[in-house]
Amino acid sequence: MNFERIQEKLEILADAAKYDVSCSSSGGNRKNKGGLGDSHASGICHTYTEDGRCVSLLKILLTNHCIYDCAYCVSRKTNDVKRAAFTVEEVVDLTISFYRRNYIEGLFLSSGIFKDSDTTMERLVRVAKKLRLEHNFNGYIHLKSIPGASDELMKEAGLYADRLSINIEIPTEKGLKLLAPDKSHSEMIKPMSFVKNELILYKEEKKIFRKVPRFAPAGQSTQMIVGATNETDLKIIKVADHFYQNFNLKRVYYSGYVPVLEDSRLPSIHSQVPMQRENRLYQADWLMRFYGFEASEILDPEQPFLDLEVDPKLAWALRHREQFPVNINTASREMILRVPGIGTKSAGKILMARKFQKLGMDQLRKMGVAVNRTKYFVEFESSNVFSKFIDDQNLRKILLSGMSSKYQNPFSQQLTLF
Amino acid sequence: MTTLVYDGSFEGLMTAVFEVFEYRYGVARIIGEENHQHHAFFDEVHHVSTDNSKADRVIQKLETGLGRSGVRQLLLVYLSERQDAGDLILAAVRQSVKNPGADILQNFGDSDIMEIAKICKSMSREIHRLHAFVRFEELEDGMFFAKVEPDFNVLPVGFRFFKDRYADQKWMIYDLKRQFGIMYDLKDTTFFYPDAGQLDRLRNPDNLYSEREKKYQKLWQRYFTKTNITERKNMKLHTQHVPKRYWKYLTEKG
Ligand code: SF4
Repeated sequence: MNFERIQEKLEILADAAKYDVSCSSSGGNRKNKGGLGDSHASGICHTYTEDGRCVSLLKILLTNHCIYDCAYCVSRKTNDVKRAAFTVEEVVDLTISFYRRNYIEGLFLSSGIFKDSDTTMERLVRVAKKLRLEHNFNGYIHLKSIPGASDELMKEAGLYADRLSINIEIPTEKGLKLLAPDKSHSEMIKPMSFVKNELILYKEEKKIFRKVPRFAPAGQSTQMIVGATNETDLKIIKVADHFYQNFNLKRVYYSGYVPVLEDSRLPSIHSQVPMQRENRLYQADWLMRFYGFEASEILDPEQPFLDLEVDPKLAWALRHREQFPVNINTASREMILRVPGIGTKSAGKILMARKFQKLGMDQLRKMGVAVNRTKYFVEFESSNVFSKFIDDQNLRKILLSGMSSKYQNPFSQQLTLF
Repeated sequence: MTTLVYDGSFEGLMTAVFEVFEYRYGVARIIGEENHQHHAFFDEVHHVSTDNSKADRVIQKLETGLGRSGVRQLLLVYLSERQDAGDLILAAVRQSVKNPGADILQNFGDSDIMEIAKICKSMSREIHRLHAFVRFEELEDGMFFAKVEPDFNVLPVGFRFFKDRYADQKWMIYDLKRQFGIMYDLKDTTFFYPDAGQLDRLRNPDNLYSEREKKYQKLWQRYFTKTNITERKNMKLHTQHVPKRYWKYLTEKG
């Protein structure tokens, strides 16, 4: 192998793939029977980039040659960049060699569209197939489906990949038309609903036949770029919710737009990456997936943007003071989860521990609850001097002054948000 | 108060627990030999000689009371190498005996139990880091070799992961701090304790590398650099996730 050439390609094709924020390798469940690798429900971040994002997969493009011209993309046809293409064998070798050294959990393979959708998709599938069949590789494989790929290829992709995704990129149809004139909304939705239907079918068949070949066991995900067009947070959350409800998506990723190209349709090249906004969107997303919040509870048309100062759960609590204080020793799981500063883990601890004894502030602190926020929203058997603040007009200010604005990484697997 | 001194092994510790009940000691401490100092000369000291059958009886009793996961938690406390590990384990066993049928390890309102939960949490974190940060280097004979230096003694509980994952390659993980390793030969895993000569080579395996090893390391380093988005650089976050003390063993930081 010519390592110099491979290195050059790797540099180009990793660089071009880095804007895809999907990193997780969770949800796979492949066992290793004498071959190489396995994938567990929760993947492992093997390292973190200097921007603080988790690295768990070898994330590369097969090629950055592309016949399309999406404005927000560095690989677009009219952008003057170095182009490269891996062979199937090269991607397979890199994946295996990195995996054997415990650098990665698997492969995330995406591609520019060269020639046409099916040719590109077929090449991606070939990589996955070779890894599985010839190398007995059971690590994680995430394939980015190519918009417009045929059902047959999507079907095959699902047999070898753990997860499939198509990036929506731009949350509204109008925005998409503007920035990605070659792509059509329906072309992007079609493979998604195909995958959804296959997933349902698989579940059904599994009930009847024991040995149905598995289909994309880790489901599908998508990504939306935030801040490239001027959609509201409400719109973004609604779109995400729609995908969760109707396409059985496992994850929606939010990617603050990184200005890389000069284009009149895009924010200026000097604009800031909207990191805080992106972070708040992840928090809102978590509220929908793990905390029992409805999209409509998080934002409404009067307030279409997330509060950048306080997290969405705290913002909700401040708007709904009548629901507080919550009695830690008697309240339902649902309500305990709504208390600012209490995450799903500490909620679980509280529910178990209170079977043994009545709990107070001290125990909450020891369980790792962020009591500096929580204390205003809870009550116990013994009195809690802070709970009277719940009716105080200035509670928001009091809370803000007590919070160090520590920025938390939205990509982190070990996200502890609330 | 009686201080029970055991030989430092888990079986020794379990034997000590057994003997607290056997000799009906009221207030008692359990401490490993390596931590036992003679400053407490006025204490009554009881030297425990490890007895596997006593240890087994304690473990079995705990398994019925707390389940396998409960026993694992106590094992983690032991492997944390904390001085008060013996005392915490004894406290948990006492609670378990007093409350048959209850999973007392969930009594998070109790300070000993909460302490145990905390230790288990930091142990799990360290085990997770072992899984994440081991970097294998391929040697000439096809063996994949890794050096580690974890904060706690996590290799004995953390190695299974590698056995499941790397079933078709020979590997070896060596704990520099505790001077033992685990080796997998495509069939079984065995502990090994190298002698002085081997030790030297394990510390500096540079000339044992396979020819392509350096090349893949270079590829990985370039990948690591190129996948970073400089516009979003955040070193504080970076070091929070990858504490500096691990850097020297991380290929990408080479
Ligand atoms: S189709 Fe994909 S790779 Fe091609 S320009 Fe659009 S976003 Fe970029």
